[in-house]
Amino acid sequence: MIAAYEQHPGSPLPPIEGHVSTGRLERVLRSGEFVVTAELAPPDSALAEDVYERARLFDGYVDGMNATDGSGAHCHMSSVAMCALLTNVGYSPVLQISCRDKNRIAIQGDVLGAAAMGVSNVLCLSGDGVQVGDHPEARPVFDLDSMSLLETIRIMRDESRFLSGRPITSPPQMFLGAAENPSAPPLDYRPYRLAKKIAAGAQFIQTQYVFDIEQLRTFMAKSRDLGLLEQCFIIPGVGPLASARTALWIRSNVPGINIPDTIIKRLEAAKEPKQEGRKICIELIQQIREIEGVSGVHVMAYRQEEAVGEIIQQSGVLDGRVPWYPGCELQSNIA
Amino acid sequence: MNKFRQWSVTNSRKLEAVYRNFEPVLMKLHPLFKTLGYGRLEKPVRVFEQAVKGLMFDCQMCGKCALSSTGMSCPMNCPKSIRNGPCGGVRLDGHCEIKPEMRCVWVEAWRGSQQMRDADAIQQVQLPVNHSLKGSSSWLRVVREDFATRDSETAQ
Repeated sequence: MIAAYEQHPGSPLPPIEGHVSTGRLERVLRSGEFVVTAELAPPDSALAEDVYERARLFDGYVDGMNATDGSGAHCHMSSVAMCALLTNVGYSPVLQISCRDKNRIAIQGDVLGAAAMGVSNVLCLSGDGVQVGDHPEARPVFDLDSMSLLETIRIMRDESRFLSGRPITSPPQMFLGAAENPSAPPLDYRPYRLAKKIAAGAQFIQTQYVFDIEQLRTFMAKSRDLGLLEQCFIIPGVGPLASARTALWIRSNVPGINIPDTIIKRLEAAKEPKQEGRKICIELIQQIREIEGVSGVHVMAYRQEEAVGEIIQQSGVLDGRVPWYPGCELQSNIA
Repeated sequence: MNKFRQWSVTNSRKLEAVYRNFEPVLMKLHPLFKTLGYGRLEKPVRVFEQAVKGLMFDCQMCGKCALSSTGMSCPMNCPKSIRNGPCGGVRLDGHCEIKPEMRCVWVEAWRGSQQMRDADAIQQVQLPVNHSLKGSSSWLRVVREDFATRDSETAQ
């Protein structure tokens, strides 16, 4: 089943009134479908095929894939370049921009360049500190933060100008995203911070990993009370845990990820912890889908990218829908 | 210094009141500042401001003071200098992901802000800081800019 709005790869979709971008992700979200996005790990190579190989793992399962920008403060292929490669063959990437490595001059230039390459979605992040990465001696930039980055791109898009005021002749038509973490303190401030991000321009949110479903429910309920869910699409983050050891390591070494004891006990008790981790992920996706106001899931399957298709399929959230991928028209013609 | 910083957040409401009274005083001093010359005053005022705010808030003299909307917790002490925090990396105990021994500046900001009369001020989106103002007096700039706007309004 291929939606009618799909077009030839690489060519922009026809503009629709009320949409800020001509991208596929915004269309699927606004059409009310349950959206699936996935995190695409950038290669440590200068080979385009490495990017395509990783992207192909998600074919037919995702509506968008996030090209990370030096995630965990580690050096990899740049997110702008990955997005350019991906749009070349028609994929709908989400350009992640971190404020750690670039100042406002570099970032605004990247946004224009990415838009020119057909990128329609940006995820604005502050970024991890250099201390956690492979170059802890690097100079952290943090000229902007996630909030002022949103505001900056919103100004570029809606007011056709740079932060300096200098005009932009053809503004970047970007669908603006941001992150939020329903599990990090202060928990009671998180929905208000979401409101602040929306005020700064956020139209969709991809969250940090959610393992504690109750925390997400509380966050969503409060956000609903504040009237935020009509203004923004919420896409909670999920991912499979490989083992109890990995889970414990993440819990003590990656701040902001809260893995409840019940999950760790299940992984410990399992004969095949990897399979159990995927099963837990599928269950979380199904529980997340039941929460009112949730618009999709964002799968971050670090080092288990090959499992994403299976996880999505078994969760049943696509309801038989096959998101566009390069060459899918041929597949459907044969069928 | 951390103790002083935490005291300031705990007493954010009192400090807010102090600031509210202090600002009109500064404004009244405008004619004096003008006579003496803002340029000439910059250095002594900056030194004094840095001493007071440095002691109380670990002020980094960013030149664009946001304390009244950050619960009297200076955002420039965030290792990622996030002006609209907290980020998603706050530890479960409310400490910083980069400096585990330090309370997250923004967890403190949220605590301080909720005691203040203007509890919603934390919701203002802080625009990127103007790095050319770093090291300059925020107090003098507030007065000078306020009067500059008034002058331009009367001129119109």
